[in-house]
Amino acid sequence: MLRVEDLAKSYGDNPAIAGVSFEVAEREFVCVVGPSGCGKTTLLKCMSGLLAPTSGRVLLHDRPVLRPPEEMALVFQEYSRSLLPWMSVRNNVTLPLRHKKLDKAERSRLVEEAVEAVGLAGQLDRYPWQLSGGMQQRVAIARALAYQPNVLLMDEPFASVDAQTRADLEDLVLQVRERFDVTIVFVTHDIDESVYLSDRIVVLTPSPTTVKEVIPVELPRPRDQVETKELPDFAHLRAHVYRLIKREEERVA
Amino acid sequence: MKRIGIVLEVLVPLALLGLWAVWSAGSETFYYPPLTDILETFGETWLFERVGSDVVPSLLRLGAGYAMAVALALLVGVPLGLSRTARRAASPLVEFLRAIPPPALLPLAIVVVGVGDSMKVLIIAFVCLWPVLLNTIDGIRGIDPTLAETARVYGVRGADRLRRVVLPAAAPQVFAGMRTSLSLAVIMMVISEMVASTNGIGFFVLQSQRSFAIPEMWSGILLLGILGYALNLLFAGVERRVLAWHRGARA
Amino acid sequence: MIAPLLAVAGALALWQLLVGAGLLNEDHVPAMTATLAELAELLGDGGFWSAVGSTLQGWALGLGIAAALAVPLGILIGSSPLVYRSVRFVVEFLRPIPSVALVPLAVLIYGVGLESKVFLAAFASFWPLFVQTLYGVRDVDPVATDTARSFGLGRFERLWRIKLPSAVPYIATGLRISSAVALILAVTAELVIGSAGLGRSINVARQSGAIELMYALIITTGLLGWALNVLTSQAERRVLHWHPSQRQVAA
Repeated sequence: MLRVEDLAKSYGDNPAIAGVSFEVAEREFVCVVGPSGCGKTTLLKCMSGLLAPTSGRVLLHDRPVLRPPEEMALVFQEYSRSLLPWMSVRNNVTLPLRHKKLDKAERSRLVEEAVEAVGLAGQLDRYPWQLSGGMQQRVAIARALAYQPNVLLMDEPFASVDAQTRADLEDLVLQVRERFDVTIVFVTHDIDESVYLSDRIVVLTPSPTTVKEVIPVELPRPRDQVETKELPDFAHLRAHVYRLIKREEERVA
Repeated sequence: MKRIGIVLEVLVPLALLGLWAVWSAGSETFYYPPLTDILETFGETWLFERVGSDVVPSLLRLGAGYAMAVALALLVGVPLGLSRTARRAASPLVEFLRAIPPPALLPLAIVVVGVGDSMKVLIIAFVCLWPVLLNTIDGIRGIDPTLAETARVYGVRGADRLRRVVLPAAAPQVFAGMRTSLSLAVIMMVISEMVASTNGIGFFVLQSQRSFAIPEMWSGILLLGILGYALNLLFAGVERRVLAWHRGARA
Repeated sequence: MIAPLLAVAGALALWQLLVGAGLLNEDHVPAMTATLAELAELLGDGGFWSAVGSTLQGWALGLGIAAALAVPLGILIGSSPLVYRSVRFVVEFLRPIPSVALVPLAVLIYGVGLESKVFLAAFASFWPLFVQTLYGVRDVDPVATDTARSFGLGRFERLWRIKLPSAVPYIATGLRISSAVALILAVTAELVIGSAGLGRSINVARQSGAIELMYALIITTGLLGWALNVLTSQAERRVLHWHPSQRQVAA
């Protein structure tokens, strides 16, 4: 459904991304991990159509992605800079829907459903700055969901949030995927998170970035913060990814 | 500690006022009449004798010039803010025009437009244009890149983007420019009335000096001070309303 | 680089065109070529340079006096929360008084010469610099002062090593604003009162109908203003380069 083919991005002489290829099947949850500075965000921006790759391409439903497609939504890491401070939660979530041909009732329904799905039902008329960091990121997720995308791209969305909130948000993403039937590409630097959430993990090398390995994660669903993490397979996968990344970091150093 | 602060804040100005009254009470100097005289003259002149003949025309010119400036600044500033080439092309012209000390433009205005109300309104407008224009451009350029990317990802384009994303993002900066322009508006109003007018507060102050009506002159100066203060207060109130979200977000 | 030059050339050409075609009344707006020729001639005229010198003299003296008063006072008052609170209301009231309102007062007390000009320029440019210094001293990061305190630095040392360096960028900004204000008031004094300088020359040119000369002088004043702007902005940028407000935010 979503294909990245030999994607490369250079800035002048600097080949940030050398050649990345992988596929994402419908309804899959794919995590992208890699050492710091390996261009994960750049990759995601190219996938979303915000940035044009230097070579290679991204295909969504077999059509090349040249600009941000309607079927894709992106959740940014810095939620406080992505939500509009002059708009209430309701209006923030409604904004992307305004250009879609929907009548008012339908629009409201989508907004209310999305906000309820992220657990913020009573907060519709509050402003982003009145909410905690975790809640703000939920608003951003609600906004992405209301947009009814096929693919949800998430750029280290929980990096700026404390550990406990992060665990809640991880579970939220899993629930939301079930409920809304979306395909998710999730970039993170947190190895535990990547194993916990995904069906497959794409491990990247440091710059110039390529795909080191794609690891299937066959842990049972639904996942649980305690039980899943107690499974021996979890520990094995986690260790495997960790070693891969460490080795890459040492190789470059 | 806080108590002392509040007490001082109220007492010191009052004390200074009292000092002025006392010091000037026995004043024999021509130039510094007793405060009581000034206040008395103030009451006679401005409450409400000369309001219609001087205060109203002054305020009308001020209002008209300021409004024109803001409207034009937004009209021109938004496209300039959005287009880098347009901005670079216009930049030296804008930098030069805005650097001309406003009073130097008065004779030009007189030559081209004459000495009537339209001259005053136009020169107020011209001078007030620049701070708002430049701040509008800066505000639009300075929009957070993450915000811009969010708009792109979610297909927010055209008029919607302008109205709901770009303009609100630029608003704090635009208001900063509007505040500067407000002070300039008062200054130009006064100067233009001193140089080429037959009515207005500025005209009155200069006339009083020329005819050695010193308490009247001081009363006019006092009125201008009050006017400046009141306009600032009004502006701050409006700004606080419109930008309520901004204060909240920055807290 | 090309775009701005083209724009300026275009504007000049448009000017010439409009006058040549009769769309701009030649009595109001002279031909561009004639004006520039006049400007070139002025460069060899001793009287012209003397006028420029007078204006600059008023600007420099006014700004100098303002700075000599504003910065120490700002630091003093800003360093003590109690004193600041006592004085705050008075400052907020005096600040919006348009300095031009004092023009007649200046004439009364100082006559029509250099002193009037310097008095007005100094009074007006005092306020922006004073207020900026106040903000600068008060805006010090409390973490920095606490760190200094925990290292046993005394009051004076804290002032010298922490507060002043933090305040310098604000003072630099204040200087830029005050410089522009001082120039405006200097030219105002020349225009309204008749002190020697560019303002007076412009007025005289208008009154004697020498329109090209008037325009040439106005352009000169603009160039002067622009040059001073550039100078003070450069100085400000030099001083501000380390300040967080100046750092490019990583996109």
